[in-house]
Amino acid sequence: MATQDSFERLTWPDGGITEIPYQIYTDPKIFDREMSRIFCADGWSYVGLEVEIPDPGDYIVTRIGNRSVIITRDEQGNIRGFANRCAHRGVKLCRQRTGNNRFFVCPYHQWSYDARGQLRGVPFINGVQKLGGMPEDFNRQDHNLPPLAISTRGGVIFASFEENPERFADYLGETNLNYFDRVFDGRELSLLGYSRQLIPGNWKLMFENIKDPYHASLLHVFLVTFGLFRADQKSQVRMDETGRHGLLISRKGEQKATESTRDISNLREDFALNDPRLLDPVKEFADDATVVMQTIWPNLIIQQQSNTLALRQIQPRHPGAFELHWTFFGYANDGEEMTLRRLRQANLMSSAGLVSADDSEVIKLAQDGIDAYRDDKGVILMGGRGVEDEEHMVTEVAIRAFYSHYRRIMEL
Amino acid sequence: MNLDLDQHRQLEALYTEYAQLLDDGPLTQWPELFTEKSLYLVIPRDNYDKGLPLAIMRCESRGMLEDRIRAVQETIMHEPRYLRHQITNISGHLGDTGLISAVANYSVFEVVEGELPKILSVGRYIDLVDPHVDGSPRFVEKRVVYDSVLVPNTIVYPL
Repeated sequence: MATQDSFERLTWPDGGITEIPYQIYTDPKIFDREMSRIFCADGWSYVGLEVEIPDPGDYIVTRIGNRSVIITRDEQGNIRGFANRCAHRGVKLCRQRTGNNRFFVCPYHQWSYDARGQLRGVPFINGVQKLGGMPEDFNRQDHNLPPLAISTRGGVIFASFEENPERFADYLGETNLNYFDRVFDGRELSLLGYSRQLIPGNWKLMFENIKDPYHASLLHVFLVTFGLFRADQKSQVRMDETGRHGLLISRKGEQKATESTRDISNLREDFALNDPRLLDPVKEFADDATVVMQTIWPNLIIQQQSNTLALRQIQPRHPGAFELHWTFFGYANDGEEMTLRRLRQANLMSSAGLVSADDSEVIKLAQDGIDAYRDDKGVILMGGRGVEDEEHMVTEVAIRAFYSHYRRIMEL
Repeated sequence: MNLDLDQHRQLEALYTEYAQLLDDGPLTQWPELFTEKSLYLVIPRDNYDKGLPLAIMRCESRGMLEDRIRAVQETIMHEPRYLRHQITNISGHLGDTGLISAVANYSVFEVVEGELPKILSVGRYIDLVDPHVDGSPRFVEKRVVYDSVLVPNTIVYPL
């Protein structure tokens, strides 16, 4: 098969992590290996918020990688997760995205599972009028749904296909854990709503985009125009020891032209908002960072841009497309004004975002370009060749760190 | 109270103009179909059904609508594209306050230059219309509630 041949032929370019072969964005065999080694493996994938399933029986259906999973709360209040497919014939058990159930019943032959994914009912198990039925040696407990490991922190739920994965705190590492706890500090969260988009590009392009502060001060004219993200602001790029997680931390500047905006041909210095309530940020965290973009391997982006807080979950569909699921939230003790502020600033984000529309558009263009030139490679040299933490934004170091981990896991 | 024929015609004319301005321009005139303190929300259906407030576009005044149009035209990087709004099943009801509660179905086709046409969004408008603003009907509130919650990439222009 052509695809298998092409995969076996992949030799990573000599430039190592400074050169990315376009084949990893297009090859279905590589995609399959990513699903099994990166997503359905020992990492912790984001699956939802506790506030989405407050009561026993509440459930959400989501995906880890391309696999559908059910996350639910059992009668004791514990969060459980398992594969969303019947052990019998593989039929998707849950068709709704959210709901409340005591049992999950397959629509096909009505096998039913409890909140732990254990098989509780098999119709006609003993046959009908002494005819048919399951063989004597059929045991229901042999057909439970494979459970997921679950870890929660600050109201956020993570799941893993591995039975005994690394502790979540160790998985994040100290720096990333501190920034995670900065947003999820134990306050009760309030759910503001969802937004979903299907982006016609490889899933890794989304991570690259968020790990790349170089583009943010060039592509995002709206951000730069209003001083929300600029190359001359005091900034940090932080990684964990493995390079798989990352943080871009920055501070708000002014709406004026500076040396760093000279290269931006279409900066709109004269763009004054008719209604300035759109951008009316207030300080809400103890430190002075106004932007923190955290990327958590393998499927999560945590966004704090001024007062918009959102989780972006990456769900790869095939090499050329992924779904991006946004969950916007605030805190239960937010006043009405703060909630309105978050909702107004959400104009900058998601599928119609004044800022993030640039990203979904450019990711599509990246995939369009790559698809036709899959034997070529991209260059990631801004800020040098290293993978160490940086104190500025003119760098692609977090992308290099990501690929150093990627190559280890993928053995590429 | 049901609308009389004349009122219904005026309401239809408002939707026709709305579609024409978004599809053929000038876009900068589109905010003029709204009152100064109007509310414009584009909401995924699941948020609307659950009572979650998040909208993917939220404009709380005509000024914010103008800001969005300017951003679309000057700051957002996007591929060139054309929209065609189809607005049907328009119905209105005149309330005691003198405002019309109106609902309509919509679908929006999008053609990105060089690509096949696609359905960008399908849903309904849930609106409040003031029938007499300087002699013309204008939107006081407009909620675009879209069933197609998985958005095909990017929504650049208002729906």
